[in-house]
Amino acid sequence: MATRAFVTDNPAPVETLSFRPKSSGVIPRGLTFLAVLLILLILAIIMGSIVWGGAGVVSWDFLSSPPEDGMEAGGVFPAIFGTVALVLLMVIAVVPIGVLTAIFMQEYTTPDSRFTRLIRVAINNLAGVPSIVFGLFGMGFFIAFVGGGLDTLFFSNSDGPVWGQPAIIWAALTLALLTLPVVIVSTEEALKTIPRELKEASYALGGTRLQTIWRVIVPQAMPGIFTGAILAISRGAGEVAPIMFTGAAYYLPYLPTKLNDQFMELGYHIYVMATQSPDIEKTKPILFGTVLVLLLLTFALNSVAVVIRSRMRKSRADAS
Amino acid sequence: MHRDMSVKEAERKIAEKSMNIQPRVKVSATNLNFFYGKLQALHDVSLDMEENRVTALIGPSGCGKSTFLRTLNRMNETIPGTRLEGTVTLDGRNIYREFDEPSQIRTRVGMVFQKSNPFPKSIYENVAYGLRVNGIKEKHLIDQVVEESLKRAALWEEVKDKLDHSAFMLSGGQQQRLCIARALAVRPEVILMDEPASALDPISTSRIEDLIAELKNSFTIVIVTHNMQQAARVSDYTAFFFEGQLIEAGETQQMFTRPGIKKTEDYITGRFG
Repeated sequence: MATRAFVTDNPAPVETLSFRPKSSGVIPRGLTFLAVLLILLILAIIMGSIVWGGAGVVSWDFLSSPPEDGMEAGGVFPAIFGTVALVLLMVIAVVPIGVLTAIFMQEYTTPDSRFTRLIRVAINNLAGVPSIVFGLFGMGFFIAFVGGGLDTLFFSNSDGPVWGQPAIIWAALTLALLTLPVVIVSTEEALKTIPRELKEASYALGGTRLQTIWRVIVPQAMPGIFTGAILAISRGAGEVAPIMFTGAAYYLPYLPTKLNDQFMELGYHIYVMATQSPDIEKTKPILFGTVLVLLLLTFALNSVAVVIRSRMRKSRADAS
Repeated sequence: MHRDMSVKEAERKIAEKSMNIQPRVKVSATNLNFFYGKLQALHDVSLDMEENRVTALIGPSGCGKSTFLRTLNRMNETIPGTRLEGTVTLDGRNIYREFDEPSQIRTRVGMVFQKSNPFPKSIYENVAYGLRVNGIKEKHLIDQVVEESLKRAALWEEVKDKLDHSAFMLSGGQQQRLCIARALAVRPEVILMDEPASALDPISTSRIEDLIAELKNSFTIVIVTHNMQQAARVSDYTAFFFEGQLIEAGETQQMFTRPGIKKTEDYITGRFG
């Protein structure tokens, strides 16, 4: 094989130049392949055991009914509802803030100025904060400070706290903080790829900076913005720590209908069933089923965003 | 087509002469210095550009001709860290002092770029863009201007049945004419062209050149070109830039036959550049 790589008119040097494949190449190749195999194996075990344990439990009844008998029977509908509502609220909060931040960084500041670098360091640090710290921050800032402040200002006649208590809005905002860095970074990456010529074309036609951002830059960055939203959903839908102090409830007989209602959530529900159940053997199948539902739901939310993004890319390519 | 144009132009020149019309200075740059950070790209450049004439800016790469062109519609301002000294006037008004928004200047001084840069939108929307950002919403008005602009850019016949198609489906030459149509739609008075045909094949190039000859009856045109023959063919005046300085400017015919400065002659005859 290796000798064939040398094609020459002069046959003499071919032999002297021929080289053998070094046997040492086998070891790195084998090691890297083993690493891949390990990952695939672990993934297969995780998925396999979840599907094995949970598939028998998941039925229409399970998906559409509330838990019963201290979670030893019944379904997970309130938790599904709560998870979807939570993630949607989070996306509504995180996407505009993340996109505006990215636009500011890319379009309104000098790249690599001290100020921009400082913001970037701050965003990277935000991404490194453990999620339980976000949970505590959410409790202290959103519930006690913002919510408590609203209560003292506007609801001092009320019997109990109105906004100054765990609620779906505070949990969603806490998750939004947690997922902000991924939205900022992926939007920024998208903004960086927009050719300078396109912006100049807009300026040359009398477009102001704001018009150029709104009509040329943001539409062009839309797939990147959606990527950020997808990553945020993947991250946010599975987090338990940030919501356990800020709004998720152990059990609720009703569905959240107002922003200051508490809610049930799949991840938290799993945590509760795994740690607080009086009879762990009885809840086990339901636990597996719930995990499977959480995985499928995250997958479904992601798929919706991916489909919208690819439609957008297609229409961009057709430019209709 | 070419023949008609030269007849038309000859007629106009005779008319101008018989009525004793002096060509009017449309755009004037005085003592321009331009800096990219600490690097000075233009040194004390002064040049007048006359109405309904084509002024060609020539010179080797990096000589400052594109930078100079981009000072005429404040396009350089979009690059951070740049600085300008001196004045540029449009009809006698200082474009840097007497206009609040650079966008006001850019609707009056349009621009066509070296690389055709249509928006990722339909052909129609590309031409309509300039109208939309300038606050025009009436559909019938936009329809009318889109058609008229595409006709003036000699593209209408080729695209009239596919206005809703992507601009990317057009050929390179068609895309560049679309960019010209797009610039015409906002009805500028001056059109700046930055090597508009450098990426095109000879046939597309000649169409663009015909177009320039036609457009100068209505607009003032300033064109940067690397192509000496093109400068000789399309322009009335030529300005030669070298290392950020304006070396010589004058009537094209004279510049190409009897240049006053040795350096100009060397460049035009291809001894360097």
